[in-house]
Amino acid sequence: MVKMKNFKSGAGYFMVLPYIIYFLTFVAYPLIFSFILIFHRWNIATPMEFIGFKNFIRLFNDELFFKSIFNTLVFLSVHIPLQVFIALFFAQLLNQKIKMKGFFRSLYFLPVVVSGVVVTILWQQMYAYETGLINQVLVEAGFKKIPWLVSPELAMPSIAVMATWKNVGFYIVIFLAGLQSIPKELYEVAEIDGASSFQKFFKITLPMLNPTVVLVVVLSTIGGFSLFIEPYIMTGGGPMDSTLSAMLYIYNQAFYFNHMGYAATLGFFFALIILTVVIIQRKFIERRIY
Amino acid sequence: MKGKVLTYFILVIGALIFAYPFLWMVFATLKPEIEIANIWVFSKNISFKNYSIVLNKIPIIRAFFNSLFVSLSVTFSVIFFGSIVGYALSKLNFRGREFLLILILFTMMIPFQITLIPTYILIAKLGLVDTYAGLILPGMMSSFSILVFRQFFLTIPDSLIESARLDGCNDLQILFKIIIPLSKPAVSTVGILTFMSSWNEVLWPLIVIRNEKLMTMPQLVTIFVVGGQAGSQLGVQLASATLLALPIVIAYSFFQRYFIESMATVGLKE
Repeated sequence: MVKMKNFKSGAGYFMVLPYIIYFLTFVAYPLIFSFILIFHRWNIATPMEFIGFKNFIRLFNDELFFKSIFNTLVFLSVHIPLQVFIALFFAQLLNQKIKMKGFFRSLYFLPVVVSGVVVTILWQQMYAYETGLINQVLVEAGFKKIPWLVSPELAMPSIAVMATWKNVGFYIVIFLAGLQSIPKELYEVAEIDGASSFQKFFKITLPMLNPTVVLVVVLSTIGGFSLFIEPYIMTGGGPMDSTLSAMLYIYNQAFYFNHMGYAATLGFFFALIILTVVIIQRKFIERRIY
Repeated sequence: MKGKVLTYFILVIGALIFAYPFLWMVFATLKPEIEIANIWVFSKNISFKNYSIVLNKIPIIRAFFNSLFVSLSVTFSVIFFGSIVGYALSKLNFRGREFLLILILFTMMIPFQITLIPTYILIAKLGLVDTYAGLILPGMMSSFSILVFRQFFLTIPDSLIESARLDGCNDLQILFKIIIPLSKPAVSTVGILTFMSSWNEVLWPLIVIRNEKLMTMPQLVTIFVVGGQAGSQLGVQLASATLLALPIVIAYSFFQRYFIESMATVGLKE
């Protein structure tokens, strides 16, 4: 028996060895190295220069970085409520006896599989002020043209709407799975008690769906914090830095200006913000609904 | 009955909102520049000129094969190593197993923003900038996939493994001859998710690849559009976007159900 166990143990170590190597190289080393980088000035070409806490001092005086975080939060504050509301709405519609349910689900899911690059190039045209599809439809319907990407106030919310369009199919599928896991008996009992469909939604569906709502909020938050390619292609961060996301700013610092030490400090600080927000969200939503 | 009609009406509007822009895009690439802005898809002057401009200006066919090579390598590697580690974590006893599991869960929580720049520096120091290895190596394993395999393997009875072991199979043989054929749902989930995210990845290629010949498809199209090579010609930009969308849309139209089901499992992995 003891021999058998040893044999298994050896096989176990042998089989996890590749992961250990991967972990040390691409997780542990970058993590440790980022702790070193944040105390240095470095452009990769010349030797590293130790500068103590200067990167942090610079960060706390860097208005553009805080603006980029603010912009990212603007994005999230439009994106997340929209995403949860629309996804839940369509999931509810699809969670009935419906012909061609699979067909609708597949179509809604289409933007999810397509590259964000495609979606962004397409929406850049759709948002164009004079010739864009959306403004043309608005003019036909008797409304005024909207300066989607031209106005500094609207540009980031416009990107958030586009991102919602791209991702919402994924969250519809997740909500559908959540809805289908709610026991039918709950609704039957409620119906016997004479509950309206409004009451059923707020007293049964929403509380039972809480874990799914938390998941959707957390996943869209993490996704939203990595907002990069959309503003990179669409606006380059403009107008007036209003769509400069934190990730785009870090990218520019690292790969445009070659400020590796400073960019690593920004990445480090930004990661802390992300973790904090996600932890707070979980606590907050999980408590509020129950 | 009235409610049903309204439901279908909203569902159809939804379908138009999600699908029409793509349809419009494909037709727009076939129109002359002055007609593109038209909301309707049809035109009398159809031509493939925009595509020939794209094909002449950028090596997009080569980029397609670069993307295919990188995505397939990453996907194969993630399945291969993911299943091996998942097997060890679910079916073998060794000291430190629980610790390793916690470590894997921990790595999933690290925001990539913190490791992005140090990982780039590592790749640069290894001389792997502008190589396929620079694109592939950091994606070769994924904690999420290990957990998907582990989760699935836990449902496979140990008696199967014991009897194979008595027949003289070693653990790798057991895994690849017995367990993997029984684990098609897990393999296809990991395969589709990994392939899709690798195919659509654009930030990492933008960072490690500068040589046009090695660029992946999304990267090449991004640089084509942002870098001004496409000029202000909308038809050409949209043609490059259409070419970029095409492979994954074709794959999706064949394997829709698998795509959707794989993505839905992300929701169940809490």
